[in-house]
Amino acid sequence: MNSSSSLIDALFIFVLAGFIGFEVIRRVSPLLHTPLMSLTNALDAIAVVGAIVLVGEHKSQLAAIFGFIAVVAATSNIVGGFFITDRMLKMFKSSRPATKQ
Amino acid sequence: MSAEFAGGQVIIELVYLVASVLFILSLKWMSSPTTARHGIWAGEIGMVLAIIGTLLRNGLHDYHLIVIALVLGTIIGVPLGRVAMTAVPQRTALSHAFGALCVTLVGSAEFYLRAPAISRFMMSVLSIEVILGGLTVTGSLMAAGKLQEILPQRPLTYKGQNLVNFLLLAVALVIAVTLVLHPERHALFPFMVLLALVFGVLLIIPIGGADMPTVISLLNGYAGLSASAMGFVLDSKLLIIAGALDGSSGLILSIIMSKAMNRSFTNVLFGAFGQVQTSAAAGEVKPVRSATPEEAAAILSGANRVIIVPGYGMAVAQAQHKVRELYDGLTKRGVDVKFAIHPVAGRMPGHMNVLLAEADIPYDRLVEMDEINGDFPQTDVALVIGANDVTNPAARSDTSSPIYGMPILDVDKAHTVMVIKRSMNPGFAGIDNPLYYLDNTLMLFGDAKAFVGNIVRELGGGHS
Repeated sequence: MNSSSSLIDALFIFVLAGFIGFEVIRRVSPLLHTPLMSLTNALDAIAVVGAIVLVGEHKSQLAAIFGFIAVVAATSNIVGGFFITDRMLKMFKSSRPATKQ
Repeated sequence: MSAEFAGGQVIIELVYLVASVLFILSLKWMSSPTTARHGIWAGEIGMVLAIIGTLLRNGLHDYHLIVIALVLGTIIGVPLGRVAMTAVPQRTALSHAFGALCVTLVGSAEFYLRAPAISRFMMSVLSIEVILGGLTVTGSLMAAGKLQEILPQRPLTYKGQNLVNFLLLAVALVIAVTLVLHPERHALFPFMVLLALVFGVLLIIPIGGADMPTVISLLNGYAGLSASAMGFVLDSKLLIIAGALDGSSGLILSIIMSKAMNRSFTNVLFGAFGQVQTSAAAGEVKPVRSATPEEAAAILSGANRVIIVPGYGMAVAQAQHKVRELYDGLTKRGVDVKFAIHPVAGRMPGHMNVLLAEADIPYDRLVEMDEINGDFPQTDVALVIGANDVTNPAARSDTSSPIYGMPILDVDKAHTVMVIKRSMNPGFAGIDNPLYYLDNTLMLFGDAKAFVGNIVRELGGGHS
């Protein structure tokens, strides 16, 4: 399905994205480690695209059923993940305007 | 027709590219609480674009089923986004399980669609995908069960546990190699998945609650890596990138967590912390000094600088809102109040910050361990609420202590230490804490929420 050159391309992308991830996430404030985890969890649920294709193409009964459950699981992560991350981040308030000392 | 088709594919790929950029920006904006909410919007826009792009792909015809699944997922997702902040650790563990479930199912479906016409490289990546995914599904469910206290939080160990685990994983890997060499033997595939699922359960059984921050982070990393592997299988660059971002996030957090406990990954996973030595200190009864809420309130209101050290016990007692009232009461009297946050306080990375932020305590009052440790000698009162091992001075001095070498909050250096604790029972790890027997330590026995409430009442006593 893949030529070997596109596999090498994929490896390049994986390694480079890993480096970007390390550099970006190293800078995340420890204050926000919990929302960081729920956000990455929501982003990770982009796996839903693979599951959508399985359901939509309906190549076999098994693939459609597995895909269906996978879409449900991933969608609940997307919706729940963004929702709770937003709720958490709304709570973080600075005291600076009032009692900066 | 074919030119049009190719053009459509290019546009979809470009949409995926935009989504990838938005995902990276989303994480970049998490670096500070002031920009973090832009990060969510970026992530959401990226996600919606990617899903629309996928729905427009050629070759999809069963839209009916897709819509039902999307709606069903949303119905399940909304309550998962509305759980109480104290339940966030188990919710997070559960969502790792869901993410990994998606990856494992898609991987399995792809195997059956393609085998035996599957290249060796592809079969290797697919094996990594379903093994990592499978163990993350059951491992995360176990972690969620322990955090929700459906399952016993104490580690369960037995003789030869590690050997059994290693053997299971080894057999799963042997099956994977066999399938790589002979993809036509697809009867073996379910056994590989099954072994991964069992391995996930056995991996978490010996892990105690105090190690959950590291374990949740590690499972987060596994979920990300398995999604990235899925990206290789499906030739989806977006998925490779999102999985790599999630994987590196989980790995960085687990490195931070295990450093904060002075332990290696292997030690966390195979060390079975916490069922040791309750007998050692049981014989001798050492004297402690205790104080009433009135006495505690008098000492606190006479202080200039107070550092509050919250731990998991504060979360269990749901005391964060009372703590906020205490913070208000002391701040009104001109006392400088800060919070010292140990990286592994609570059950997941950043757990205490979220609880205190929920109680409306400004985030610039929440100070990380390395920044605040130098302040304890100039602090009048260190008030420990539901934290134990992260304040244990034995970690600095007692080479025989199981937590020796773990970085701790130096609360014992404050002029007065007050510890709110239910009783003298040892903490989660079952390790005695010499802090409680120091001359400058006062034990405040009682439920954290009730005791802090009583202090607040005493503080306000003159006025109301």
